[in-house]
Amino acid sequence: MRLAPNTLHFFGIILFLFSTLSVSAQEPMAQNVNDGDRVNTNSEIDAYKNHHIKDAHDFHLYSYTNDAGERKHVGFPLPVIIWSSNGLATFMSSEFHHDTDGKVIVKQNGSSFVNLHDKIYELEAGATAVNFDAEHHPTNAALPLDFSITKSVFGILMIGLLMIFWFSGLARQYKKKQIPTGFGRILEPLVIYVRDEIAKPNIGEKKYRKFTGYLMTVFFFIWILNLFGLTPLGFNVTGQIAVTAALAIFTLVIYTFSGNKDYWMHILWMPGVPYVLRPILAIIELAGAFIIKPFSLLVRLFANITAGHIVVMSLIAITITLKNELGAFGSTSLSFVLSLFLTLIELLVAFLQAYIFTMLSALFIGMAVAEHDHDHGHDDHGHEVADAEDVRADFI
Amino acid sequence: MDQLLNDFSPGLFIMQTIILLVLIFLMVKFAWKPILNSLNDREEGIQNALDAAEKAKLEMANLNADNERLLNEARAERETMMKEAREIKTKMISDAKEEAQAEANKTIAHAQAAIESEKKAAISELKSTVATLSVDIAEKMVKGELSDKSKQLELVNSMLNDAKLN
Repeated sequence: MRLAPNTLHFFGIILFLFSTLSVSAQEPMAQNVNDGDRVNTNSEIDAYKNHHIKDAHDFHLYSYTNDAGERKHVGFPLPVIIWSSNGLATFMSSEFHHDTDGKVIVKQNGSSFVNLHDKIYELEAGATAVNFDAEHHPTNAALPLDFSITKSVFGILMIGLLMIFWFSGLARQYKKKQIPTGFGRILEPLVIYVRDEIAKPNIGEKKYRKFTGYLMTVFFFIWILNLFGLTPLGFNVTGQIAVTAALAIFTLVIYTFSGNKDYWMHILWMPGVPYVLRPILAIIELAGAFIIKPFSLLVRLFANITAGHIVVMSLIAITITLKNELGAFGSTSLSFVLSLFLTLIELLVAFLQAYIFTMLSALFIGMAVAEHDHDHGHDDHGHEVADAEDVRADFI
Repeated sequence: MDQLLNDFSPGLFIMQTIILLVLIFLMVKFAWKPILNSLNDREEGIQNALDAAEKAKLEMANLNADNERLLNEARAERETMMKEAREIKTKMISDAKEEAQAEANKTIAHAQAAIESEKKAAISELKSTVATLSVDIAEKMVKGELSDKSKQLELVNSMLNDAKLN
């Protein structure tokens, strides 16, 4: 039982983090801030959903009203790191006192910052409060570059550490024995699955090895983050478009830079096609390679995860929205059954989206490095005969 | 779309890019490379072991065939040896018999020759003895006749009796 002490150790660290930070983070707050407040109306539910699927600057676990009638928030603050017009500014998010309406102004390095719907704005010089236009957009504040350890970044770091901890542990096990024991026995088939079912068939036996590291990292990164997104911790990392965009651009960079002569030939000057059509095809192929492929990757993951979160939260909200029609018990049971069912589906989606992202990445890389055998590729009339590699493109 | 672009946080994008780069680097160095190497090694090991087992099985079959062949050969050899031995035995027995026969014949021939020569010798001796006796008798008869007739008869009788005793 090597696993048990390690796991306990790990969860011990997490618990320690939570317990120490949560106490210090308890802040009395103004009653009119909707974040974490009691949610009772439809608009509040919408606001809560919107708040949840967005990134946040502090790690909020739950809120309650104490005996004195004060709202208490339990969570811990995260560091805010901002490249403002006056240089780097760093402070803890607790300085905003859970305010997301731009009321609390934090001054640092001669710059003033406000937290407006979990985005940090820098006020223009001399301004003492945020002014809004008719659409509730700030008129005297700009968005600086925000490198904060937000909730998402915190989640990414946690999962990164977890992955390194788990898989380097598995790697170490192989030094001593041929067959891993404990948790490694669960991880090993997953690694073999990604290698044999995703990397090898899509890239090819000869070249898969070079790209497997990236594919495995991305697969486990997305899957574990998707799964953590389903926990009450409330991460929505893979539902952040910036995160999925970064992942998609990684894939784009990899298949663009590892593309061989054949790949570029097929993009820029498609063989076996009348010369008139070739420039038109080149435009389509270029758009496919540089815009459509990465965009499909980033939007698919983002939309699936975000939609999942919204639907689960909407189903949970049934307990409030249908309370009048069904009564407290009826609405709660309906909400419980539906959200339980949907969470099960989301468990599947969590894996499926990780699989699809990795599989498509492998496919794109495979198409870029595939060796085309031109002798068999054309029949007598110069038409390309579809072989396995070319047919694969039809599945995208 | 506006909402999407509004939600896109460049800072998060940059952080994610940096963290992912570092993560890929660390994972490749400390996890994927050793894991994949070990898996490959293990799979090769298993494949080799299977191949070796297959080879051993083949060798075993060959060995068995060899053994069978050797056994058959030995059996055949034994068979021929037995046959030869039997032949030699019969030959030896017949030879011995023939030899013994020849020897016996020879001995018998010898014996017969000896008997023949002894017989001849005895006959010739008898002849000479009979001749001497006849001569003696004739002499004595002649002497007795010459003196007394009765006495001569007596003499002849006694002589004849003597001759009988001889």
